Amino acid sequence: MNHAISDALVITKRQLLQLSRVPEVLIFSTIQPVMFVLLFRYVFGGSIDTGQPGGYVQLLMPGIFVQTVAFTLVATASGLAEDMKKGLIDRFRSLPISRGAVVIGRTFGDALLNILVLAIMAITGYVVGWRPTSGIFQIILAFFFLFMFGYALSWIGIFVGLSVKDARTVQNVGFIVTFPLTFLSNAFAPTTGMPRVLQYFAEWNPVSSMVAACRQLFGLENQFGATANSWPSQNPLETSLIYMLLLMLIFIPLSIRKYKNTSA
Amino acid sequence: MKTVEAKHLVKTYRNGEVKALNDLSLDVEEGTVLGVLGPNGAGKTTTVRILATLLKPDSGSATVAGIDVIKNPEKVREVIGLSGQYAAVDETLTGWDNLVMFGRLYHLGRQKSVDRANELLERFDLTEAAKRPITTYSGGMRRRLDLAASLIVRPKVLFLDEPTTGLDPRGRQDMWSVIQELVTGGVTVLLTTQYLEEADQLADDIAVIDRGTVIARGTSDALKTQVGGEKLEITVENIDITKTQEIVARVSGHSAYVNTRTVSAPVVNGSRDLMEALRALDDAKIHPLDIGLRRPSLDDVFLSLTGHVAEEVNEEALTPKKGRKK
Repeated sequence: MNHAISDALVITKRQLLQLSRVPEVLIFSTIQPVMFVLLFRYVFGGSIDTGQPGGYVQLLMPGIFVQTVAFTLVATASGLAEDMKKGLIDRFRSLPISRGAVVIGRTFGDALLNILVLAIMAITGYVVGWRPTSGIFQIILAFFFLFMFGYALSWIGIFVGLSVKDARTVQNVGFIVTFPLTFLSNAFAPTTGMPRVLQYFAEWNPVSSMVAACRQLFGLENQFGATANSWPSQNPLETSLIYMLLLMLIFIPLSIRKYKNTSA
Repeated sequence: MKTVEAKHLVKTYRNGEVKALNDLSLDVEEGTVLGVLGPNGAGKTTTVRILATLLKPDSGSATVAGIDVIKNPEKVREVIGLSGQYAAVDETLTGWDNLVMFGRLYHLGRQKSVDRANELLERFDLTEAAKRPITTYSGGMRRRLDLAASLIVRPKVLFLDEPTTGLDPRGRQDMWSVIQELVTGGVTVLLTTQYLEEADQLADDIAVIDRGTVIARGTSDALKTQVGGEKLEITVENIDITKTQEIVARVSGHSAYVNTRTVSAPVVNGSRDLMEALRALDDAKIHPLDIGLRRPSLDDVFLSLTGHVAEEVNEEALTPKKGRKK
């Protein structure tokens, strides 16, 4: 048991070493969100009237933050699938290490990566005019929420990676799932413009709750997502917390069990 | 003492449709090498995976160093090393990074992990490549590093799953001498292979498996004897074939068999028959291109045991991918 954490940290260190050896991974995982910021900010930003002081970018940035941490799920999953395929997971499983260590270590690594990526995104946001108006405490809390959301999602990534076992399939499936999930939300456009059915989906979408929660914490009026009187749109902070806890409660045990019983 | 013992292992995939192991039993005496020989899909990898605690059998039991692999997998993992076609290292990292990481995972502590990594890199002739990513390694270097990774804590039992599959002849030779060296060190080895020559070279004892069960067991020599005695083989130029055939048949007392330019027939008196054949060839002014006594190869063994050549069951079609198992 006392080895569980140190074993996990060895795995985390391995991931950081990987990043330092193949920096392309890090570069590309940050280029994409930066590109999204620039495209949305300058392509749509000018023509969307938000009635918000500071303009579209104030609403956009929380959406981009959430999307960014959501996309790291795909990296988690494909990294793990790659390890499965290469037989590395088999080797780990033949070692006398704590059963959860390999996947826990991986989520730690992804969490660190998320911190870095979020920092880069925040700087990018600032450069293009994003200015949170709340206090420092609330801003920190918002980033903590984003961090935790990313952590909870990485457990889905673990589960998917262990289940699908093929990195390319994981990437394809990952984007097919995460794209609609992040776009069918209040992240980039108000849900009011969507067809009725999609509106319901968007309002109960965890991404929307997270985006709304961040907007609130960054000092925006929570209008952009709150189109109806649904409970999540009224209570984004609480909803987000519940979603995160639920995700972890479901996917942590599932993933660890999957790891124990899996074989490539 | 039996260091590895498997009894009546059964493993099926796809809800019983595919029987990977069908009542397989084997054992390995302490300090010896057992070669598990069979074609692709015979159940070699499945056997190793069960013994290395990566897979649970549907039924049957197994112990490694006296420890039950099903009831006590954690304890088993402390005494085994696994290397081979599917166990792997992290390719983006350097050889050194990998060995230090595995050392840490064996709870050696930082300094000891580093020392052990250096020691193993030296021993496997990888010191120069130590700080290069594995992606730059040749197939043989990669296998050596993989083997090194399985030796970090000096395991009691080493499982080598097709350690030379995919290597060029040179790489294979290197691997063989590395493995032979290990065996002299006293570790108990279970080695799977589809190369008959490899089992012959490395194993004290051979278990031939086919379709998930052991069909023969014994030393390489015993297995060969079981199949039959020596053969006299002479290769000559085309124009000399008929004459040679006559000579060989006379020496052997059996009719001689011709395969392209090689004439062969069973003999009982070994080198005496060889000498006689040579003298007769000399008298007839025939210059053989090659001449020798050949003991039956393990290919012959397989053929005579199973009635079919070592055919490949296409495992890839049966299991998810790359012969891997669920």
